[in-house]
Amino acid sequence: MLGLLWAIPLLPFLGFLLNGILGPRLLPRRAVGILASVAVLLSFLVSLGAIAAIADPVALAAAAGGSLTTDAGHHRAVQTLWTWMPIGTSAQGTVLRVDWAYALDPLSAVMLLVVTGVGFLIHVYSIGYMAHEPRPAYARFFAYLNLFMAMMLTLVLGASLPVVFVGWEGVGLCSYLLIGFYYDRVFDETTGMTCADAGRKAFITNRIGDMGFMLGMLLLFATAGTLDIQGILAQAGTLGTGVCTAAALLLFVGACGKSAQIPLYVWLPDAMAGPTPVSALIHAATMVTAGVYVVCRMAPLYQHAPAALLTVAVVGGATAVFAALIGLCQNDIKKVLAYSTVSQLGYMMLGAGCGGFEAGVFHLMTHAFFKALLFLGAGSVIHAMSGEQDIRKMGGLDRYIPWTHGTFVVAWLAISGIFPLSGFFSKDEILAWAFRKSILLWGLGAGGAFLTAFYMSRLYFLVFHGRARFDKETRHHVHESPRTMIVPLVVLAALAFAGGVLGVPEALGARNVLGEYLAPVFEAAPAAGTAAPAHLAAGLELGLMAVSFAIAVFGIFLGWVFYAQRPEIPATFAENVGGLYRLVAGKFYVDEIYDRVILAPYYALCRAASWFDRYVVDGAVNAAGYVTLGTSYTSVGFDTYVVDGLVNLTGYTVRGASWVFRKFQTGVVQSYATAVVLGIFILVSVYLLTQGH
Amino acid sequence: MGWYQAHILTIVTFLPLAGALALVAAPKGKPKLIMQAATWIALLDFLLSVPLFFWYDAGRGGFQFLERASWIPSIGVQYYVGIDGISLLLLLLTTFLGVIAILSSWSAITERVKEYYVFMLVLQTGMLGVFISLDFFLFYVFWEAMLVPMYFLIGIWGGPRKLYAAIKFFLYTLLGSVLMLLGILAIYFYYPKASGGPPTFDITEFIRVLGPLTDPEWLEMQKWVFLAFFVGFAIKVPMFPFHTWLPDAHVEAPTAGSVILAGVLLKMGTYGFVRFSLPLLPRATIHYLPWMLALCVVGILYGALVAMVQKDWKKLVAYSSVSHLGFCMLGVFALNQAGLKGGILQMVNHGLSTGALFLLVGLIYERRHTRMISEFGGLSKQMPVYATLFMIITMSSIGLPLLNGFIGEFTILVGAFTIPPVYGFLLPGLGFLGGKFWAVCAVFGIVLGAAYMLWLYQRTMFGKLDNPENAKLKDLNLREVMTLAPIVACCFWIGIYPQPFFSVLEKPVADLAQRLEAAEGGADLARGAALPRARGADVAAAPAVAAQAVAAPAAGGASAP
Repeated sequence: MLGLLWAIPLLPFLGFLLNGILGPRLLPRRAVGILASVAVLLSFLVSLGAIAAIADPVALAAAAGGSLTTDAGHHRAVQTLWTWMPIGTSAQGTVLRVDWAYALDPLSAVMLLVVTGVGFLIHVYSIGYMAHEPRPAYARFFAYLNLFMAMMLTLVLGASLPVVFVGWEGVGLCSYLLIGFYYDRVFDETTGMTCADAGRKAFITNRIGDMGFMLGMLLLFATAGTLDIQGILAQAGTLGTGVCTAAALLLFVGACGKSAQIPLYVWLPDAMAGPTPVSALIHAATMVTAGVYVVCRMAPLYQHAPAALLTVAVVGGATAVFAALIGLCQNDIKKVLAYSTVSQLGYMMLGAGCGGFEAGVFHLMTHAFFKALLFLGAGSVIHAMSGEQDIRKMGGLDRYIPWTHGTFVVAWLAISGIFPLSGFFSKDEILAWAFRKSILLWGLGAGGAFLTAFYMSRLYFLVFHGRARFDKETRHHVHESPRTMIVPLVVLAALAFAGGVLGVPEALGARNVLGEYLAPVFEAAPAAGTAAPAHLAAGLELGLMAVSFAIAVFGIFLGWVFYAQRPEIPATFAENVGGLYRLVAGKFYVDEIYDRVILAPYYALCRAASWFDRYVVDGAVNAAGYVTLGTSYTSVGFDTYVVDGLVNLTGYTVRGASWVFRKFQTGVVQSYATAVVLGIFILVSVYLLTQGH
Repeated sequence: MGWYQAHILTIVTFLPLAGALALVAAPKGKPKLIMQAATWIALLDFLLSVPLFFWYDAGRGGFQFLERASWIPSIGVQYYVGIDGISLLLLLLTTFLGVIAILSSWSAITERVKEYYVFMLVLQTGMLGVFISLDFFLFYVFWEAMLVPMYFLIGIWGGPRKLYAAIKFFLYTLLGSVLMLLGILAIYFYYPKASGGPPTFDITEFIRVLGPLTDPEWLEMQKWVFLAFFVGFAIKVPMFPFHTWLPDAHVEAPTAGSVILAGVLLKMGTYGFVRFSLPLLPRATIHYLPWMLALCVVGILYGALVAMVQKDWKKLVAYSSVSHLGFCMLGVFALNQAGLKGGILQMVNHGLSTGALFLLVGLIYERRHTRMISEFGGLSKQMPVYATLFMIITMSSIGLPLLNGFIGEFTILVGAFTIPPVYGFLLPGLGFLGGKFWAVCAVFGIVLGAAYMLWLYQRTMFGKLDNPENAKLKDLNLREVMTLAPIVACCFWIGIYPQPFFSVLEKPVADLAQRLEAAEGGADLARGAALPRARGADVAAAPAVAAQAVAAPAAGGASAP
């Protein structure tokens, strides 16, 4: 199956082409959904086959040959397809070249399974969720979704940074197109932001991050002479701390854009303008984790850049808490989940930044399960409520949509970190790494964990418990979703429940399967100077576990008290600390600050440049034109009265002279004869006189 | 076949002219016939030029398909033509866009149809001639000759302010060409002194003899010749601040005129720098390098800023051209292989994507007779095929990977980023950054590019279809799709498998880069006496210093691999 590595991104791409070209007019609606889902399923199956092939070192070593090279020791296979950019030889003689190549190793294997697995479930779910769309839009939706899968898989499999960047930008494009899917609708009534605006905001914010990615690539290309990821990582030790730090930080700027970290997180909450399956797939489970993936992919580089690694941890930790705070006061069910995603991505960054790359990947995986489940559940709720998204207008839904409710409970407990659900283990592993690094970072993580448990409980109780706060009309329509939507929910619930078994800490007497599986990736380069802190004592680790469990329970308890038992408390609370409440509910006014500090000056600069162009640059050109024109008028005057005057004067002179001479030309033969004779007489006389001497 | 191969350049270049002459004789009353005939001629010309791509021996490099004949022997003028990989790409771009431009005019041009197509074909010959000439005199003749048909195309078939635009275009470029002529004459008169040979306009000979020459008189003269060439080429490119003729010319020109203007005419300026300034005046190039780089980067950012606030769709695209051409020039003046390759490839890319953008604007203008962006909105509902093609071209223009723009931009940035610090710098104290500074500015330009293009797309294609005028718009017909589809196909081709393009550029670019390196190695023209001491160390340690410097200035030039 390793030989088919190229097919993993290509299959969904073919689905995109078929649905994009034939879907709107020719294919029946059923075929569109099935085609798209089958394409992803096939990708999933090929991935399984390929992953099985890298598991066995002996078979892997034997598989090499042709386009395939393997590194059995590290369970890695690379398929080089063609030379993409033969850029040339640098002045120092290095051959700069970029190949189109895919690499499969344990890290990309985990990502592959998450992306194709969760992706397939969401495709199936979408068949039901998007059923009300007109056919062209329906086909367009699945075409974009398939294109997204192709790009995401390219990102995951890319063996060199530019190929990763192809996927990186490709998923950005799909995100843009899907956020703006309802491009004629207004998304946010208060600000008048349209869905198309939200899409553009996402794209541009990501582009700002991509500047960093691009510059990071350029720096690595210039210093390491290659952009092949393994080639760079192999040199990480010799590049020097300065280069490593600069490159790692630049790549992290890109990661901040894609993975919505401070200060570039602002696009993700607005990305909720897209259809809910998109929010689940792209803006929760897969694309937004690409930044975390890249940081982990480049782990040896980061290990040689302690300052960069610390930055990752601090930014991640800060984002985890900051976004969770905002999440406390949101009333749109999807916005709560969006801020929760930002916060959880911060968690992953925190884990990676503390050196726990496998903990980051572990959380990435469990988060993909429970957050996709939360979004799909939210979609089911919105579906049931005929499009209502305000949680203040919900309540008591547990009776109406039991399947959605049941699966939502699993996701809620998993994200809150309740033992033995998946979120507990991954969050705990990150906290353990943070604790090893610094108690302050652990504090950020623990604070974030508490906030998460609290706002998720708020969401849960407001939506599913208490009295129904919607009108009769809506109550009449509330219905459970169709089976295509429920089945994916149940599968994801199972994964969110049990996914943690892959990473049970050794302190609990089990094996950390995922950690062992990923070990070859992260131990590939020895961490110079940043040797991993020693393992925590088992007792301490158990203690930390107990603390984080207690924090989660306390958060849920508070949520229960506030929003299920004594719903009047939050209102009083908000009133008492009005200013603080408004600050948080207003999302710390970050969007407004960006508007004033960046966008307004930018537009002003554009207008100024345009003015300058019109009146100064072009003004100078036109002025030169007018000066020339003026000069010509002057010269015309000069010409008419002076030059031509002289000419005329000459003319007049000639005319006067000719008047005189005309007297000679009378036409009378006698006078001519007289003149001739006279002339001869004079000439002869002169001759004779001169001869005399 | 052998005969054809030996005369292919002449045939390809003069076929459109012959066609134009034939059209002159055609009856006036049959516009349809004339249009079809012109299209067939252009298509035939393109098909005849295609074999060049396969016959050109990329491994051998150098000028190929040479044809040489004496023309005005008394002053050494010859008919001397030939192409290398650089001119090959631009020649193919010209014949390719020629077909598309003519095909796109079918419904747009309804008046004086015969004259229009005659001018289009004459223009084609003029442009092709510029790219194949190896004789400076011949080059100048084509360079000037091409202005005339363009002047009439804008002046007769243009928009409301066509006369202003046409005259501005003509005079501005003429001003540049006259200065360039002075430069050419200076070289022409200097050459016999330097070589002792008979006077000639042979460009290859000039480059061979004068390029590496280090005679002090010549070095001083280089600077002046460079400036003269600079004005001529920079106006054509156009580089900031010589760009203001471009928006006017573009806005007023008919669609096909804009396509040719953006696609090919602007490339003559960049081509001029690559073909003449760099190999012929390497020392002067290095001398003025900081200024040139600064102008490139200013152009990138400035064009993008101004484009953002344009209300006229076509003017926005015109300013985006200023920005993109800045990228091309940045690559060229990186003076290394990566930059040169990227810069030249980006010329082709810009020809494709901006050519397509002008076609797209033209299609809308034909339907609505307005180009004001505020008149539109929600068109993607009404014209899905149009919206899809526009999206692809937009993405190509903003450099999305898998499309052509990315390949060019990335390669250029690699080139710019690796400009060593030894090549002078404008801002004191930042010299250690070398090209990194310019690369960072250029990368910023990519973000701005995305900003104005996406905003344009959103304002025209997305939103509600609330203007009743737009509700009647028809989607593209087959002919219109046929004008755009080949361009889109090329965008993907270059984006996914650009190797054929890189490989024809390999040899000429390597040769050029080597000449420039050699010039840098021995010259002190650029930086006076203060620097030579440091340079020796810098050149050797350039990669290391460059690498260290950006990351940790304090670390200094620590030893690196």
